[in-house]
Amino acid sequence: MRWQIRGGRVIDPANGHDGVADLWLEDGRVLAVGRAPRGLKADEVFNANGLVVAPGFVDLGSHLREPGFAHKATVAREARAAAASGFTTVCCTPDTQPVIDNPAVVEHILKHAASAGGARVLVLGALTVGLAGEVLAEMHALKAAGVVGLSNLDRAIKDTAVLKHALAYAASAELTVISQPEDYWLGRQGQVHEGAVSTRLGIPGIPAAAEVIAVHRELTLAAAAGARLHFSRLSAADSVKPIVEARRRGQAVSADVSLAHLCFTVDDIGHYDPNFHLRPPLREKTDRKALAKAVATGAIDAISAGHEPHDVDAKAAPFGLTEPGMSTYDTFLPVLLAQVAGGAFDLATAIGAASLRPHQILGREGGHFSPGAPSDLCIFDPTRRWTVTDDTLLSSGRNTPYFNHAQTGRVVATMVGGEWVFQASV
Amino acid sequence: MSAADIQLDAQGRLRHFIAIEGLPRALLTQILDNAERFAPVGDRAVKKVPLLRGRTVANLFFEPSTRTRTTFDLAAKRLSADVLNLNIEASSTKKGESLADTLRNLEAMQCDMFVVRHQVSGAAHFIAQQVAPHISVINGGDGRHEHPTQGMLDAFTIRRHKQDFTRLSIAIVGDVAHSRVARSNIQALKTLGVPDLRVVGPKTLIPPQIEAQGVQVFDDLDEGIRDCDVVITLRLQQERMQSALLPSANEYFREYGLTAERLRLAKPDAIVMHPGPINRGVEIDSAVADGVQSVILQQVTYGIAVRMAVMAMILGNQALAGAA
Repeated sequence: MRWQIRGGRVIDPANGHDGVADLWLEDGRVLAVGRAPRGLKADEVFNANGLVVAPGFVDLGSHLREPGFAHKATVAREARAAAASGFTTVCCTPDTQPVIDNPAVVEHILKHAASAGGARVLVLGALTVGLAGEVLAEMHALKAAGVVGLSNLDRAIKDTAVLKHALAYAASAELTVISQPEDYWLGRQGQVHEGAVSTRLGIPGIPAAAEVIAVHRELTLAAAAGARLHFSRLSAADSVKPIVEARRRGQAVSADVSLAHLCFTVDDIGHYDPNFHLRPPLREKTDRKALAKAVATGAIDAISAGHEPHDVDAKAAPFGLTEPGMSTYDTFLPVLLAQVAGGAFDLATAIGAASLRPHQILGREGGHFSPGAPSDLCIFDPTRRWTVTDDTLLSSGRNTPYFNHAQTGRVVATMVGGEWVFQASV
Repeated sequence: MSAADIQLDAQGRLRHFIAIEGLPRALLTQILDNAERFAPVGDRAVKKVPLLRGRTVANLFFEPSTRTRTTFDLAAKRLSADVLNLNIEASSTKKGESLADTLRNLEAMQCDMFVVRHQVSGAAHFIAQQVAPHISVINGGDGRHEHPTQGMLDAFTIRRHKQDFTRLSIAIVGDVAHSRVARSNIQALKTLGVPDLRVVGPKTLIPPQIEAQGVQVFDDLDEGIRDCDVVITLRLQQERMQSALLPSANEYFREYGLTAERLRLAKPDAIVMHPGPINRGVEIDSAVADGVQSVILQQVTYGIAVRMAVMAMILGNQALAGAA
């Protein structure tokens, strides 16, 4: 099957391309951007006039909730919601029940994802058994089952020796460790960023130092172990510099920030709004701006959705008793475009950070339109205005602060491996 | 939504009493003035006024309390309301019932007002958002956040002794970090115009960026209470030693305990306050707690009048709104 995606604004940061062009695809692979290869005739044409054609987005940490928490979300529904939001690949986090610390759970998730017909689902394995931070997970077995990386998520590993061994063993298994850095002792009682807001609301705080200390600790151990380390969902300005310096020394380290941390600060919590209860916590305006700047300069590689759908009850309690996380797929594109419109970074950087860079972090092909690349793409209307309502949300998670907010920019179609996994009804 | 938004009705009258933060000065003054009117009720032989006859007030205590619950109980009864005391800590939540479900059940009992104490900050705010429109909520203390009736009864006590807030130097001494009383005191006293408000304690017990609330921070007690008109001492919980915030109660008393000798650094007519229950020999010496400058027991008495004032204002507003 040959496709001509005709007349769209093709943005391909890897190849420095941003302009109206045709995109030619054949059998799930990119053939060319621009003029058709000699003699090629498309079987089908997609008219992308006035639309943007970009490599599909990747979420490095999606909480798909299945098995174990199907009352919050299911793999199939979230994979379809992701596709409708322009994601071609999402990485399922290992905080399921049972935890993804053995091949059986990996297979279970991949089976559900395969029949969903949505975004491609990749699986992150647990770094330690039960995410308990004590016993190493069977990393080779997980790798054989198909995991693309290992993470202990926000369950900080207390014992530094366990962390050291986990990094070294992951290096032997040639698996990237995806870390959400937080010092256990400084973070364990906290629920919001420590500062004027935690003081005003009387909520126990998590100092920025909790993250910065963990970044230093993990960089030091990963360098010694030769482990490939990725920091996910950074929240503090001071985390950036040690990462940049380590990279300059030649260390294999990358980082992402969640889109929510580029948009909001601790002040948005207002009077206990549980939609802004996140882990790591939203921090100060200075942190938000420094993180956006780090994306603009490339110091932070990627922007993640950090999608965490919840059931209604998980957020229907006093702030400290609610579960952290935000449902983010549905609003990812317009919110990312709003960051671009606000001058945080340019559109090519945004798309690179949402697609090319996470592909590279995962060691996966894709995120660009070079000949031979997989046909993973999203097509969106950058000017289409819409309002977030119960009807427009495709994720099960209603835990979004954007209810009834007007958005600009909407996904029109998404293709994974040459198949349309989403096409908006016109 | 700001705290003030949820607390006030369209006419700016009190609908819930969740936090002092955000409330206008005129409203705080009105609470104090109304409390003055209710204060004599307690001195009468028949300690009752018929204002809230037929109304039902439920005391929902998710955390143990003696003094606060008793004074809310008395306040409601002196207003002739029916009172339901529920020690929820020991019942529903242990059976796994969610807070929202507990509230729905209590609503079904046709109460007019919930007085809520909860160990989690923001609980009263959450409950006020959840309840049916005819139910009002008074915060009896939520986590480390606020204890607004305590804040108002402290302001009432200070006004009785010192009249004009705008000339006062007031020091709040001790575990400010974990204290909802301190937060309500700071909000009330700043709003009422106290120009010199200080918090005094070791850095481990002073929350970060508290200066943003308009207070000066001292880690030396002598400097902190020097020339003050009012010294408010806070209770020190035993847990503070276990979490390595302090070495020992003894050292705390040596550095921050209010003794007669130290109190001489404050103004000669300074008053000493404490939200209770007091730890003698930890945050305050017995000679001071029982001394002539102590108004600690008056605080308890005034607490009833202040709580009557708040309940009457809220349910009175509601009655007016219902009639209209």
